[in-house]
Amino acid sequence: MELTQEEESALKGEQGEIMQMAYRILVATGEATDAEKLIPIEWAHLSGVNYNTIGDAGEEFLSGISKNARVKVRTTLNPMGFDIDNVSNYGLDNNFISKQLSIRKSYETMGVTPSFSCIPYEIFDMPKDGTQVSFAESNAAIHANSFDNLKTNKESAFSALASAITGKSPYSSLRKEDSPNLTIRMKIDNPNELTYGMLGFFAGKVGNNSVNISGVGEMDRRSCKALCGGMGTSGTCAKFLFGDGAPDCEKVDFDKKEMDEIYDELNTAEKGDLITLGSPQLGLEEISDLTSRLKGRSFKKRCMIFCPRTVKDQARKIGYTNELERAGCEILADCCTCLTPLISKDNVDSVTTNSIKGAYYLKNSNGVDVNLKPLSQIIEDETR
Amino acid sequence: MKILVQGKTQGVILKSQHPINFLGTVDKKTGIISDKNHELFDKSIKHSILVFPNGVGSSVGAYTIYSIKSNNTAPLAMICQKADLTVATGCALANIPLVIVTDDEFSSLQTGQKILLDTKSSNPITLL
Repeated sequence: MELTQEEESALKGEQGEIMQMAYRILVATGEATDAEKLIPIEWAHLSGVNYNTIGDAGEEFLSGISKNARVKVRTTLNPMGFDIDNVSNYGLDNNFISKQLSIRKSYETMGVTPSFSCIPYEIFDMPKDGTQVSFAESNAAIHANSFDNLKTNKESAFSALASAITGKSPYSSLRKEDSPNLTIRMKIDNPNELTYGMLGFFAGKVGNNSVNISGVGEMDRRSCKALCGGMGTSGTCAKFLFGDGAPDCEKVDFDKKEMDEIYDELNTAEKGDLITLGSPQLGLEEISDLTSRLKGRSFKKRCMIFCPRTVKDQARKIGYTNELERAGCEILADCCTCLTPLISKDNVDSVTTNSIKGAYYLKNSNGVDVNLKPLSQIIEDETR
Repeated sequence: MKILVQGKTQGVILKSQHPINFLGTVDKKTGIISDKNHELFDKSIKHSILVFPNGVGSSVGAYTIYSIKSNNTAPLAMICQKADLTVATGCALANIPLVIVTDDEFSSLQTGQKILLDTKSSNPITLL
């Protein structure tokens, strides 16, 4: 990768340790993706916020760099581990809470907007088409490339952080016009958001940088998010295009057999002790839809709903919160099902969810069994 | 062969044909893989020369790589078939040597082989 004189000087350490570290990360990123140069980016979205995922090493690293590091471009943040409004209901220890607040403080000191959301594409105004950004959250990177006409690598937590500090990112293939060499033919009729989550999970496994997907009709927002969440969980793929692709494109079917394999891999329980909704977090549209589907019914067991702070505030003003709380829901802002410390195998054996991404991490990280169902089925089975 | 993070080390290969999602499936304190469907389930990657196709999944996996290095449970080096940003940047920050090898080189490496990895050498991987 070619560097300018100024970039070379930063890499040598002539602009301080922070810049040297950031450029070392950018150069590794550039070499990994065969980029020829660095280009400016306008927005960075960082992962690596939840103390449950980054641990003591991450907390200490951020506290150390926050003394000197400052972000150069608009920078937003992934969810953390809890909602400060109701954290006392969940039995988290004081060490977790104080380490999480230290992580929050480090990011704020660096100039990051504490948005604590994995759906930046839904809660912020979108820049103009073609804008180069650096999104670390995998579902958000895929959504940005596929639905929002933005351009990003499937950044790692560190490459997005380095982009935030330098305002630059390697000019890798995903940032250019690329044409996928694989087309997935969707063969399942009447898909719901769970089907799309599994389609995404399949696409992530078989795709490389990007894939075409044919045979899908209009998708609602819930299904789009499920597709992106599923794909980000299983692979390195960071973009899909709708259509058949070039004639010489390799074709792979997503049919009942492929879907059943994924379902059997991720669905490990017949029922759940509690329900979680939101991985990716729910936006206002999904909260509104859930409220109207409930129509006076109540959940028979605990139902945790994860959303961004701005959505929680809007939902309260509009009156959705009252209705959801009446139905027995617990509404949590700033955090997410994915890698939540609020669900522990010590007191929960299994969880019902409609999220493929949530299922994967609940199973592998939280160590609980998962019962997968689309939202319509959850409401039918789990409310009265 | 492409060198992404420089270094010199020797050790025993632990190989997986499955990609690895570092976040959530690698225990930070022990280096043990917790995904029951993974080829390396219940095995520790600590102090191995970890050979696997590529990293997948969450971007936060880079922090996991940094954490296992801080906890002294990281592999001595990693050898992949395909470069991905989570592994590349995690190794860059944690200073874990990382090379990308061709498909043929990848197939020739086997669990249990003792190798010397020296990225500065003209022949970076030597069987011992």
